[in-house]
Amino acid sequence: MAIAQLDSETLSTIKEESWFVIVGRRFIRHKLAVVGMVIILIFILTAIFANVLAPFDPYKQNLAPSYSNPSGEHLLGTDELGRDVFSRLLYAARISMFVTVFVNFVAETIGVFVGAISGYFGKWVDAVIQRVVEFLLTLPTLPLLLFFSAMLRGMTIPGLPDEWSKAIIISLVLIAFGWLGSTRLVRGMVLSLREQEFVQAARALGASDWKIITNHMIPNSLAPVIVNLTLGLGGTIVLEAALSFLGFGITPPVPTWGNMLQNVQERMWQQPWLAFYPGLCIFLTSLSFNYIGDGLRDALDPRLKL
Amino acid sequence: MNTMDKQSKPDLLVVDNLVKYFPVRSGLLQRVNAWVQAVDKVSFAVKKGETLGLVGESGCGKTTVGRTLLRLVEPTSGSVSFEGKDILKMGSRELKPLRRDMQIIFQDPYASLNPRMPIGESVMEGLHIHKIGQPKERWEIAINMLKKVGLEEYHARRYPHEFSGGQRQRIGIARALAMNPKFIVCDEPVSALDVSIQSQVLNILKDLQSEFGLTYLFIAHNLSVVEHISDRVAVMYLGKMVELTDRESLYREPLHPYTKALLSAIPVAHPGQTKERTILKGDVPSPLNPPTGCRFHTRCPIAVSQCSQEEPQFKEVRPGHFVACWLAE
Repeated sequence: MAIAQLDSETLSTIKEESWFVIVGRRFIRHKLAVVGMVIILIFILTAIFANVLAPFDPYKQNLAPSYSNPSGEHLLGTDELGRDVFSRLLYAARISMFVTVFVNFVAETIGVFVGAISGYFGKWVDAVIQRVVEFLLTLPTLPLLLFFSAMLRGMTIPGLPDEWSKAIIISLVLIAFGWLGSTRLVRGMVLSLREQEFVQAARALGASDWKIITNHMIPNSLAPVIVNLTLGLGGTIVLEAALSFLGFGITPPVPTWGNMLQNVQERMWQQPWLAFYPGLCIFLTSLSFNYIGDGLRDALDPRLKL
Repeated sequence: MNTMDKQSKPDLLVVDNLVKYFPVRSGLLQRVNAWVQAVDKVSFAVKKGETLGLVGESGCGKTTVGRTLLRLVEPTSGSVSFEGKDILKMGSRELKPLRRDMQIIFQDPYASLNPRMPIGESVMEGLHIHKIGQPKERWEIAINMLKKVGLEEYHARRYPHEFSGGQRQRIGIARALAMNPKFIVCDEPVSALDVSIQSQVLNILKDLQSEFGLTYLFIAHNLSVVEHISDRVAVMYLGKMVELTDRESLYREPLHPYTKALLSAIPVAHPGQTKERTILKGDVPSPLNPPTGCRFHTRCPIAVSQCSQEEPQFKEVRPGHFVACWLAE
């Protein structure tokens, strides 16, 4: 490995940033992960600059050219209300990307900590947490999500534009049921790690429970969590689409890839591109996240030679 | 010899009537329906600067003793006093400063280092926990310790999987040493290593002992290793300590029949030489339900009827020579 060739003088000057450099270098070797990263970056940039890039107002209706085919003016044609599909797609990236990323990172973080606490402390702490998780897992997710979204539909978060307050509320509902998988995953990992001698060594050094959890348990149980996270990113887009499809997610006129897909059901055979492009976005995002996950998992595992 | 002046040294660690029973749970309600008597009323003292060897078969409780001393396993009862303070009564806050003085080296060099942590970080971990020095100083201490065990500075940024078993064991030693401890529990530190590496690690331990004035509790099942490194040797059988004396007397004239049997099992290097073998019959009884009286009586070649009824006391039959046997005078 490259670090072995550094002489001791350079070595002693390298401190915190070197870890990122090493991980970055290892990540770059995973070609598909880099491609995925580029695609996600493009999506994120288009989401941020949607107002600059979009040729039309995504909310502006113009019934005359509704369901028009792609043309020079409307790159991807128009929808049933004559809104520019391309512009809506760009704006939809904002909501869809935000919901997906926010939900999964928050849910996985909660899951990692709750799982680590559950597995590490064991006994009644573990029993209580696991019974709660099992209870929540036995509940059918979709009806519950519908119930909660219906209940919270009228709610808004003051000070936020309507579409963002909707996005955050739907995210919170998704997070409420999203942390269960990773909790169980991390708990299992921690249960096996807890008995290892390096954990005993840390205790003998006087490390607090919190230090042991953050320095030893979590770094060693992160690999399956990253995989779970990347699978979850794809899954959340679909779940959000499903909720929107049933009319309980983020509802039109606010565009998301999910509700755009739902909107064009009747016209799928006449104007297939209306379904194709939002679908492609969902597909590319979830695939890219998966490859990034693969790359990250490999890059973060010091035992793997890359 | 120096054994004599070591005997006159003060006790660093005194263990009195240490007991550890592990509960065996079963059934739906996880009720405790049996106890594994891993360590039963063990008493001994470790003198400042000495190496006390602790030998016994697998499962006799020697590792449990070692871990209990550091409170890695909570004992059922008894007392352990380190420099006069009873560490079993301490809360976690009082215990923390004591962690610097008492360290442990583990048996399995593959499991004793965090695979996701560069070894320099592992060695620095204790310094970080106890807020000793600035980050730069900690790094220097860590490098210094690694050099003491024969590793170089450039090793510090590498991960455990890049090292051999012997190297990892030495990293484990460096980690314990970085805390500048007074007392180290060596829990079978060489039994997972091959023979050529064993002597290397043993010699490092010996050198460090004389350099830093360390006190060791050296747990092992290999009598030759224990003979090489120990000043005094304690023998355990099924959770009980059966004999404790200085190395010379133990190897020259063991008093407990179990010790005799163990010593007779050491292979002799000379082909023409024969020696008397005491071969023990049967297996070690289960610590779930240990024999009454002397726990060794079921396998003892010289047991008398008293042995199965009354438990012999662990008493000093000669100066500095403790035995738990009715027939040892």
